[in-house]
Amino acid sequence: MPKITVPLGPQHPALKEPGSFMLSLEGEEIKDAVLRLGYNHRGVEKAAEARNYVQNIYLLERVCGICSHAHATAYVHNVEEIAQLEVPQRAKAIRMIVGELERLHSHLLWLGVAGHEIGFDTLFMYSWRDRELVLDALEEISGNRVHYSMNSIGGVRRDMSNEQIKKVLGILKTLEKRIKYYITVGTEESTILARTQGVGVLPKDEALKRCATGPQGRASGVDRDVRRDNPYLLYDKVDFKVITQDSCDVFGRLVVRALEMVESCKILKQVLENMPSGDIAVKAPIKIGPGEAVNRYEAPRGEDIHYLKANGTDVPARVKVRAPTLANFESVAYMLEGDTLADAPLIIAAIDPCFSCTDRMSLVQTGTGKSGIMSFKELRAYSIEEYKKKGIDFSKL
Amino acid sequence: MEIIKELIIGLFYIIVFPGLLFLVIYGGLSEWLDRKFYAQMQNRQGPPWYQPFADIIKLMSKQVIIPKAADKKMFKILPFIAIAAINTSIFMIPIFSNSALYGFRGDIIAVIYLLSIPTATLFLIGWSSTSPYATIGSMRVLTQLFAYEVPLLIAVLGPCILAGSWSIEDVAVFFTNNPWLMLVNIIGFLVAIVALQGKLERVPFDIPHAETEIVGGVFTEYSGRLYGFMRLALDMEMVVVAALINAVFLGGSFGYSGWIGLLLFVIKTEFVVFLLSVLKAAMARVKINQMVDFCWKWLAPFAILQILICIVARFMING
Amino acid sequence: MARPLRAWRELVKNLFRKHVTGQYPHTKPVIDKNYRAKILFDANKCIGCNICVRNCPADAIKIIQVNQDEKPTEVDGKTIPAKRKFKCVIDLAKCVYCGQCTDGCPVKALSSSQDFELAHFNREALIDEMKHPYETESKKK
Repeated sequence: MPKITVPLGPQHPALKEPGSFMLSLEGEEIKDAVLRLGYNHRGVEKAAEARNYVQNIYLLERVCGICSHAHATAYVHNVEEIAQLEVPQRAKAIRMIVGELERLHSHLLWLGVAGHEIGFDTLFMYSWRDRELVLDALEEISGNRVHYSMNSIGGVRRDMSNEQIKKVLGILKTLEKRIKYYITVGTEESTILARTQGVGVLPKDEALKRCATGPQGRASGVDRDVRRDNPYLLYDKVDFKVITQDSCDVFGRLVVRALEMVESCKILKQVLENMPSGDIAVKAPIKIGPGEAVNRYEAPRGEDIHYLKANGTDVPARVKVRAPTLANFESVAYMLEGDTLADAPLIIAAIDPCFSCTDRMSLVQTGTGKSGIMSFKELRAYSIEEYKKKGIDFSKL
Repeated sequence: MEIIKELIIGLFYIIVFPGLLFLVIYGGLSEWLDRKFYAQMQNRQGPPWYQPFADIIKLMSKQVIIPKAADKKMFKILPFIAIAAINTSIFMIPIFSNSALYGFRGDIIAVIYLLSIPTATLFLIGWSSTSPYATIGSMRVLTQLFAYEVPLLIAVLGPCILAGSWSIEDVAVFFTNNPWLMLVNIIGFLVAIVALQGKLERVPFDIPHAETEIVGGVFTEYSGRLYGFMRLALDMEMVVVAALINAVFLGGSFGYSGWIGLLLFVIKTEFVVFLLSVLKAAMARVKINQMVDFCWKWLAPFAILQILICIVARFMING
Repeated sequence: MARPLRAWRELVKNLFRKHVTGQYPHTKPVIDKNYRAKILFDANKCIGCNICVRNCPADAIKIIQVNQDEKPTEVDGKTIPAKRKFKCVIDLAKCVYCGQCTDGCPVKALSSSQDFELAHFNREALIDEMKHPYETESKKK
């Protein structure tokens, strides 16, 4: 049978953001997949070096549209660690509430997108309708539906009133019912099962080898969750389960996400019912450092790692973001091979990709306009050289 | 004079009723109802009643772009072949009364085969566009055709066996006279409804133009007027198959004609459209291999079971 | 347990339920009073400290003094410099509506409104110039 090469992206109805997947097909079966990133590079890390610490909260929040709170919080944790600020308990609780509501809205969004990828638009409409409830709650708490801008260095910017707490608890009650409905539909509807079971299989050893994180890893039996393993905020004081599945396929990822929503509701209830009282922020200095910090945060899509180097001025010396999609992206080519073309959009969607989070670097030489790919060694040598000019030596790392 | 008069009447049949104009208007309204049901079930508002017509008018005014590598003649002519085939098939199906315009013995076979011409044009459309998405789409069209066509044909033959006639008119008249015998065909009716999802290429069998996989499928390269006509053809096909189901399974117009016949026709065809949109709303798209599996493992055996039931029932009626 | 049509109950229920979507330009959505949208400026309060300008992540806000040519006044033989007056110019196309300027303002001269319908066809209309009353008065003279 002759091979056909089908481009899936950079512009394609299945992809919500640009990313390129060249699929070599034999009939319907995918024989080979070539993945390319880099259509959405915005230079966020570089831009962060030109802004002060307060401006950077809002800049890094915009690394991702869905896990905006994750990136902002991870960054703020770094700054607070270097400046040795003691964040008040109430601020931590509010950060956690926004973080868990964000997880709920992200997973509901994913459920809708996955439904759309397999042509189940009804599931898409329902889950996005219910996501609206979460967004309304977030709008009322933070003042925006997606970019909450809840964090300030040393705390949060807005307090939660008792009415707001009551309202969020009310919303949770409706959501729990709805999530139960999604779990029944997602795990019992035969067409969904036919489309998800045994699709995009990523065995546990491969998942470990390819650094899969978050729901992607947990669905392959990798029992890791930063919230439990390395608790930040108040996660050590709440009771929740880390959901894992051994089916290693898209169905497992669906189940993990659906059950994680239940756990999120549980965490939210515990925090909302035992809100600590007190201040919501401490005063932060303008100049931070010197020092460096690394922090991890369990974003809805997986583990989000932020690195920050401060040099005692009001701007950071280096900000590095490892978005969860970058870790999960590694396994996409492996999962695509051997599956059919019809599965490709679902497999790609199942890692909940966020290409704008992930895209970090594209090389265009000024003057010649030449573009190309650098090997890791070249790139490392180049970056060490660049930072030497600024007086920071990374060569020993 | 006689010839001119017959010519005018013939043209009226072809262009106005029950031909092109009727099919376009009723097809547009059915598409709207389908979308409205679909939206309502998804808790959405849905489009206003003129939306399908607005879409068609907008498409008619757009530029047609034909890819360089495409077969230009085929590319231009295929949508009209599809429309012509559908237009022809409506003449053999009774609409407001229990008599069709040109009924003859064995017309049910003719209708089924006329209705597979649009599917064949879909294949040719994809093949002549030469883009990878369209090519894959057209391969899927053919695969799917072989899967649903057999159960559909067998299911439709059930009532014919029961009525003892190969003419749609006779089947409709038979069920008008014995309405209770319609219940015998309930399995065949359900099989036909599911198979029709494949024929009309709707979820769960919208595999040939699954948008998240192969963009527009066979229609990827189509634009403007030609795409408008192709969409029109699909809308018309929905009306024709709904009318066919109405005549074969639901007893036609129950002997009424005129306004009551019209009302019955509208209610029953829109009921079929409603069933189609429930299926569309309640399921995910399956893969092509699962679709073929399902059609041969489930639909075809049930259709054959229906035939057996019909034969037994036939003997009981006669004996 | 795989069963087909598992979602049917909700579908049937929705047939008899009012849809949740609205016709946006005709029926406006309910915007919470906490929502951060267009920034408002109270010129009488502004002291020109420029904290908002320094912390704006999008470089969208400018505070401009409007009375540089105003002469100092003499009261009881002392020269009192004129009170500095400011206007605020916000580029709505650049603004990300984070509200950092309103939070950082020590005299609360800036505040968020709930006016979110800010789209426009030309760029000039997006530059939101909030003048000080002094400016309009001096123009009249």
